[in-house]
Amino acid sequence: MKILVCISHVPDTTSKINFTDGDTKFDTNGVQFVINPNDEFGLTRAMWFKEKQGASVDVVNVGGAETEPTLRKALAIGADTATRVNTEAKDGMQVAKELAKVVQDGGYDLVIAGRESIDYNGGMVPGMLATLLDANFVNNCISLEVDGTSAKAVREIDGGKESVSTSLPLVIGGQKGLVEESDLRIPNMRGIMMARKKPLNVVEPTNASAETTSASFEKPAPKGDVKLVDADNVGELVNLLHNEAKVI
Amino acid sequence: MSVLVYTESDKGTFKKIALEAASYAKAIADKMGTTVTAVTVNADDTSVLGNYGVDKVLKVNDSNLDAFNAKSYASVMQQAAEKEGAKVVVVSSSADSKYMAPVLAVNLNAGYASNVVEAPSNTSPFTVKRNVFTNKAFANTTIDTDVKLVGLSKNAFGVVENSASATEEAFSPSLPESTVNVESVDKVTGKVTIADAEIVVSGGRGLKGPENWGMIEDLADVLGAATACSKPVSDLGWRPHSEHVGQTGKPVASNLYIAVGISGAIQHLAGINASKVKVVINTDPEAPFFKAADYGIVGDAFEVVPKLIEELKTFKAQQ
Ligand SMILES: Cc1cc2nc3c(=O)[nH]c(=O)nc-3n(C[C@H](O)[C@H](O)[C@H](O)COP(=O)(O)OP(=O)(O)OC[C@H]3O[C@@H](n4cnc5c(N)ncnc54)[C@H](O)[C@@H]3O)c2cc1C
Repeated sequence: MKILVCISHVPDTTSKINFTDGDTKFDTNGVQFVINPNDEFGLTRAMWFKEKQGASVDVVNVGGAETEPTLRKALAIGADTATRVNTEAKDGMQVAKELAKVVQDGGYDLVIAGRESIDYNGGMVPGMLATLLDANFVNNCISLEVDGTSAKAVREIDGGKESVSTSLPLVIGGQKGLVEESDLRIPNMRGIMMARKKPLNVVEPTNASAETTSASFEKPAPKGDVKLVDADNVGELVNLLHNEAKVI
Repeated sequence: MSVLVYTESDKGTFKKIALEAASYAKAIADKMGTTVTAVTVNADDTSVLGNYGVDKVLKVNDSNLDAFNAKSYASVMQQAAEKEGAKVVVVSSSADSKYMAPVLAVNLNAGYASNVVEAPSNTSPFTVKRNVFTNKAFANTTIDTDVKLVGLSKNAFGVVENSASATEEAFSPSLPESTVNVESVDKVTGKVTIADAEIVVSGGRGLKGPENWGMIEDLADVLGAATACSKPVSDLGWRPHSEHVGQTGKPVASNLYIAVGISGAIQHLAGINASKVKVVINTDPEAPFFKAADYGIVGDAFEVVPKLIEELKTFKAQQ
């Protein structure tokens, strides 16, 4: 089985979000970038397929040279090769089209992407990619097993979960549950050394066009101060929630 | 040319997010001088949609659509959009709609903006405001394609009554072969889900152990609320993963969010910040949650929560 894991390069969850150039660009100053958490769960599940079922695992990112340290980290975790499509990621459709080319050229059976990237939260690349490829698609995937060309997956739904059967070629939008938090791997020294020698291929884009433009950004209005209620006067909270906030 | 909206139902009854999506479609239709057409799948009585501005209902009834299937539902919506010549299609942010929307975007060659929080500021170019960086910012995004697909955030636009009477038309689109088949569904019944809840009561590591969740459930019960938890609580196995909320868990956009024994780490707050009113109960007055909350009690959850339950019971009895 040939697996491709899509890796989004995103600001660390603790990052302060600011914009520059008249609020038209995300300010990367002082921001630490990491593998998108949803993708890291998927990559870790892919490593399981590699170790238990002899799958090959490649990773891919659509982005500029600045994303390479994130791809190297994925190699250090255990991916075999990395590909970077050398173009700025503009919107979900453009990224999905660039990825579709990589999947077709590489003849992948299983594509593991994250349910969403924690930067622009689009939640659309996996579904668009699957549809462009005419592959099967399971979103919010919290469990995946593959046997030959058959697959069994569990999808998180509102208020529960749903088990589905499907077949390869398959694209999933993954999240926590694919593996547990405690299964995530911190690259060790050997992994990091080996990652330096693994291929990181840079390919030129097909120049797919974006369909949406995020022209400007803004931050939420600052919040007023908290209203404190005395621990001995809990009834006052009920009163405020009813009469002032009008939420109960 | 009408604005098309997918109005989701559960066991035949429309969900609140469906009425919100219909209200939103009406706001766009007014701006564009056109009408609203809703698509329903296996819903019973569709007349209620008129109250939220829907002019026409395309009613699909097909037992092959009993289980949700992204490809089939996207195909239904595509055929409806083509039949109506819709230039704008609206869907909600439910798990099912978010599953279907990207498939539909490709089918319709439509640019798709998700997590949209307001009516478009302009319809030409079509410009919407959407949540990005998990509630830490907004982007003003234009959709540049001929057909536009909008995914509406939950509880952002609200339900707006708009009396009209909707005409109903049976619609029987052809369905693609299904290659992702539902084997079983495991859904809690009789409990409010985090996705649908108006009120969410959430517990953190401050509750010390899973044996102490009884009071969280009792508090949720009096309020008709869903229960949730912080990430470490689900990682420790005190509560199921499905209750984990935050940046890497489920998003919460309820009217009221009550956090008990949760410190308010940036990743937690990001995921729940879309909630309208936030209450924190924490022993530590320095806990960052107090900076994000509207109301707070500095105190021991084991004393405050039982009192709060009693006060709420008294309050409910008077209502
Ligand atoms: C990549 C990444 C992603 C993450 N994603 C998420 C996410 O999606 N969601 C999430 O929640 N976290 C997330 N986290 C974890 C986050 O950083 C915090 O560690 C976590 O939210 C803390 O959970 P907590 O508030 O329950 O526990 P703690 O931080 O341990 O806080 C417990 C609180 O309880 C209070 N307390 C103690 N006893 C009592 C009492 N008797 N009565 C009242 N209060 C009491 C304490 O004062 C304290 O403030 C993420 C972290 C990382 C690194």
